[in-house]
Amino acid sequence: MIRTQGLTKSYRHVRAVDSIDLDVREGDVYGFLGANGSGKTTTVRMLLGLVLASQGEAEVLGESMPRAAKSVLPRIGALVEGPGAYPHLSGRANLTLFDSASGPRVRRAARRARVREVLDQVGLDPDDKRPTKAYSLGMRQRLGLAGALMRRPPLLVLDEPTNGLDPQGIRDIRELLLGLNRAGTTVFLSSHLLAEIEQMSTRIGVLDRGRLVLQSDMAALPTETGLVRVRTPDVAATVSLLDGRVEHREDDVVLVRIEDPATLNHRLVSAGVRVREIAPVHRGLEEIVLAATETAAP
Amino acid sequence: MIRVELSKMLRRPLTWVTIVALNALPTLVAVLLALTDIGPRPGTGPPFLSAVLTDGTLFPLAALGIVLPLFLPVAVAVVGGDAIAGEVQSDTLRYLLVRPVSRLRLLVAKLTSIIAFVVLATLVVALVAYVEGKLLLGKATGGVVSVSGSALTQTQMAERTGMAFVYVVLAMLGVAAIALLLSTMTDSAVAAALGTIGFLVASTVLLGLDAAESVKPYLVTRYWLSFVDLFRDPIRWTDVIHGVLAQLAYLVVFAGAAWANFATRDVNR
Repeated sequence: MIRTQGLTKSYRHVRAVDSIDLDVREGDVYGFLGANGSGKTTTVRMLLGLVLASQGEAEVLGESMPRAAKSVLPRIGALVEGPGAYPHLSGRANLTLFDSASGPRVRRAARRARVREVLDQVGLDPDDKRPTKAYSLGMRQRLGLAGALMRRPPLLVLDEPTNGLDPQGIRDIRELLLGLNRAGTTVFLSSHLLAEIEQMSTRIGVLDRGRLVLQSDMAALPTETGLVRVRTPDVAATVSLLDGRVEHREDDVVLVRIEDPATLNHRLVSAGVRVREIAPVHRGLEEIVLAATETAAP
Repeated sequence: MIRVELSKMLRRPLTWVTIVALNALPTLVAVLLALTDIGPRPGTGPPFLSAVLTDGTLFPLAALGIVLPLFLPVAVAVVGGDAIAGEVQSDTLRYLLVRPVSRLRLLVAKLTSIIAFVVLATLVVALVAYVEGKLLLGKATGGVVSVSGSALTQTQMAERTGMAFVYVVLAMLGVAAIALLLSTMTDSAVAAALGTIGFLVASTVLLGLDAAESVKPYLVTRYWLSFVDLFRDPIRWTDVIHGVLAQLAYLVVFAGAAWANFATRDVNR
C-alpha cells in the first residue's frame, strides 16, 4: 500500500527525513513511531504530496506520488497534524463542504446520509448545530477523523489521531480503527505513544532523527531475552546449583540465562529446590525501540 | 470548487462585516448632505458629490467615487489576503489539498470568489446609495447633466452607470491579484492584507510625485477614478481603456506569480 525508497527531505543543512524505505502492506495496522521532531509528520506530508521530497521515491496504492495525486488521494483518508475546520460552520457543514470541494458528483441526499453516518461513527452528534469553534480539542479530532472516513477509503493515513482525546475517547477511536481494519482498511498510524502503537499495530516502523531504525512485523520482533525469572524461597541452593548461569539475584528472585524454562524447572525440582514462579522474560516494545534508537545513535 | 468557494465567501461573517463597513461612509455623507445642504463646490471633492444635492439618483455614482479610492481596495486587500493564508490559519489548506483539490483550481476558485465579492460589495454600495439618494437627497427630475455640461437621456445615463459599475469592478482586479500573491507567500492573512495596502499606498504616493512622471501610467491606482470620463459627452475613452488594460496586466503578472509560487510550495502547516 505504501512503499518508499530512499525518501529524503532536506531543509538547507538539516536532513529532516533521511533516506527511509517504508513498506506498508495491505491489511496492516502500521504503527509509525518516533519522538516529536523525528520527521514523522514530514514523512506523512510527503506521502500525501503536501511536501515535495528532495530525493527518493514514494509509491502509494501502487502509484507514484505526488505524480499520481489525482487518482491516489481520493482513495486515502488523511488526518495530518491536527484536524482543520472552518470555525464558523457546524461539523456537518464542514464535512459537506470538504466533500463537495472535489471528486465525483454525489447526490445531495446521499452525501447528507454519509455525513450523518461518519459523525455517528466517531461519536459526534449529527444534529449538533454549533460552530466548530465551540468544539473541544477532542471533538475537533473526532471531526477530523470523520472527514478522513467520508469516502470509505481503503487506506487511512493518520498522524497522531488520538491527540487531545480523553482515555475513553482513545479507546473509542482504537476500537473504531481496529473494526475498520478487520473490514479490510489498511491503517497507517503515526504516534509518539508507544502504548497506543503496541496495542493496535500488526507492524511497526521506528523513526529516529529522520532515519528508519527499525521496521518489522510485531510478531517477528525479537522479544526473546534468553532469560528466565525464577521465584524461590531457596535462593542460595538455586545459585549454587546453576552457578555461572545466574545473571542477577534480588530477594527471592533469580534471573537465569537459559534457553528452555522447562529444562530449568525440571533441574531445579529434581534437586529439591522449591519453585514459586517460573517464566521466560520478554522484552516490551519500549525496550526494543529504545535499543534500536540507541544503536543508531552516533 | 468554484461553487464551494463562493458558498464559503457568502457564509463568512467577514464578508458581510466588510460590506456593512463599506456602506458606512457613503451613508454618513448622505445624511450630512441632507441635513446641511452644503455640498462641495462643483469640480472639487469626490466626483458627482456636488450634483447629488439637486439629483439624488446620482448618489450611487458619488458613493462609488467615495469608496473606490480607499475603502473598496482595503476591503479587497483584506478578503484577498485571507484567500490562502486564511486557509493556513484555520488548518484547512492541507485538507483541501489532500481531497484533492489541485493547487491551480484552488487559486482560480479563490480569485473568482474575490471578484464575486467585489461585484457583490459594489452592488450593495450602489443599491444602498440609490435608496439613500431617493429618500434623502435632491428630488430634481428631468435631464441629467453630463460632466461636460450637455444633457444626457435616461437611457444614456443607465448605460453609462452600468459601464461605470463594470469599470469599478475591473479596477479592483490588480488589488485582488496582488493580495492573492501575498497570501500565498505568508501564513498570516493580516500580513498579506497589510502588504497589499502598503503597495497601494506606495502607488498613491508616487502618483503625487512629479519626479515619478515616467512610471505613473503603470501604477495600479493611476486610472481608478477614470470612470468619471464615462459621463463626459462624448465619452472620453482613452483613460478608461488604459485603466482596463493596466488592471488586466496586473492580473496576469501577479496571479501568474501567485501560481508560480504556490504550485511547488511545501505546505508545512
